[in-house]
Amino acid sequence: MTETILTLILFAMLVAVAFAIIQMRQLFAVVLLSSVFSLLTALLFVIMDAVDVAFTEAAVGAGISTVLMLGTIALTRKRSAERTRSDILPFFVVAVTGAALVYGTLDMPNFGDANAPANAYLRQDYLDRSVTEIDVPNVVTAILASYRGFDTLGETAVVFTAGIGVLLLLGGLAYRRAEDDEES
Amino acid sequence: MQHHLILRVVVKILVAAIILFALYVQFHGDFSPGGGFQAGVIMAAAFILYGIVFGMAKVKQVVPEWVVHRMMGLGVLIYAGCGVASMFLGYEFLNYNAFTPHHPSHGQHYGLLIVEFGVGVTVTGVMISIFYAFASRPPTLKDSDW
Amino acid sequence: MATPSDDHGAPPEAIFDWAFLTGHAEYWMFITLMMAGLFMVVARGNLVKKVVGLNIFQVSVFMLYISIGKITDGTAPIFPLNMDVDPDVIYSNPLPHVLMLTAIVVGIATTSLALALIVRIREAFGTIEEDELLILERAIDTEENRRYSAQSAGDA
Repeated sequence: MTETILTLILFAMLVAVAFAIIQMRQLFAVVLLSSVFSLLTALLFVIMDAVDVAFTEAAVGAGISTVLMLGTIALTRKRSAERTRSDILPFFVVAVTGAALVYGTLDMPNFGDANAPANAYLRQDYLDRSVTEIDVPNVVTAILASYRGFDTLGETAVVFTAGIGVLLLLGGLAYRRAEDDEES
Repeated sequence: MQHHLILRVVVKILVAAIILFALYVQFHGDFSPGGGFQAGVIMAAAFILYGIVFGMAKVKQVVPEWVVHRMMGLGVLIYAGCGVASMFLGYEFLNYNAFTPHHPSHGQHYGLLIVEFGVGVTVTGVMISIFYAFASRPPTLKDSDW
Repeated sequence: MATPSDDHGAPPEAIFDWAFLTGHAEYWMFITLMMAGLFMVVARGNLVKKVVGLNIFQVSVFMLYISIGKITDGTAPIFPLNMDVDPDVIYSNPLPHVLMLTAIVVGIATTSLALALIVRIREAFGTIEEDELLILERAIDTEENRRYSAQSAGDA
């Protein structure tokens, strides 16, 4: 019961923050509100028993993402322009998409169902096997690094690629080459 | 009187605690919520905080650019190297049982620690590198415009 | 499939299925948040606001996915430290958590690349508003087309 009440309160706050982000034109406020959004999402994840995901979301969303966006608006501009077009067509498109998604969820099992297909097969298998095979208390880390270790290797490669990409875009190679040309 | 005196004093105390917490999260990822990603992000946050408050020149004295650029690739190398090492020991790629064949769960624990360390090193390097890339560009907005 | 005779005998209260509504309300809440993020991507012209909207959309997808793994009266999938597992304790499904950990990190990778591209766009075009960017790009395209057609007319 308390979980439901907390979820409803958090959801109301999330909706309020989302509407505020849509309306605002000051980009500094938009970035900080997105950090608040990430933090509220982390709380929601804790209520849904996903403590590792909440940890990562709080660190990444409310930490790194905010710093990078602040760095971006320091390099671009701090206000967005006036809206010249009407919002009717985007609202219609979004409403149709939302209705299609809701129609898709009508077939889904109820929230918290232990016999849902997603929870029925692999969950008990991993929980049982990781006690004997890996013997580590944190099952999420055990699955992440051992049972699904390939995915984590690919993901580390993705992070590495993103770093290389940002260095290529913003590494300042053009500045350094221009400085070398001026000196020589 | 320097600007932002409270920020400077508090950050000097906090950075040590944040780095210690990042190491705790890294190596206790097996026993409590945590692991490589979270630890890498928190460690990067410590250096980013130092860089924001004290300036880029000072933080580049502590962690030069070439260090973080090397760290980016080093983590992936550690992770893939762990897999290749288990191949050399006769097992399949990324089969951690190869490290202690007589007691597989110990080998799994070693493998977990090594690969999570690799992930943590890469994530730290990438986050700090991206911050350096963003913060080293000459800004177009003057301070008075804020 | 229900036979046609079943519909006539059902009482009118069964149409309003309370268990179904409370079981699916969470999903609809997350879909609302997703649509708020999608609206921001579609309806706002500033590129930074588009990236923020994309982040909100992404985080709402994570919420939907994690809610699939939640089990009522369950707890976080972390065993006690001394590893004596109580068979009566229900643990939530750890597999969606693992997949969403990967997804969050991939999300920050794409966000950082998008922000780096926005900085370069600002330096190349002088603006990050979508309307002005479209006008500038159209002008560049017509200029290039004109120059290319003049060149090929000169060759022929």
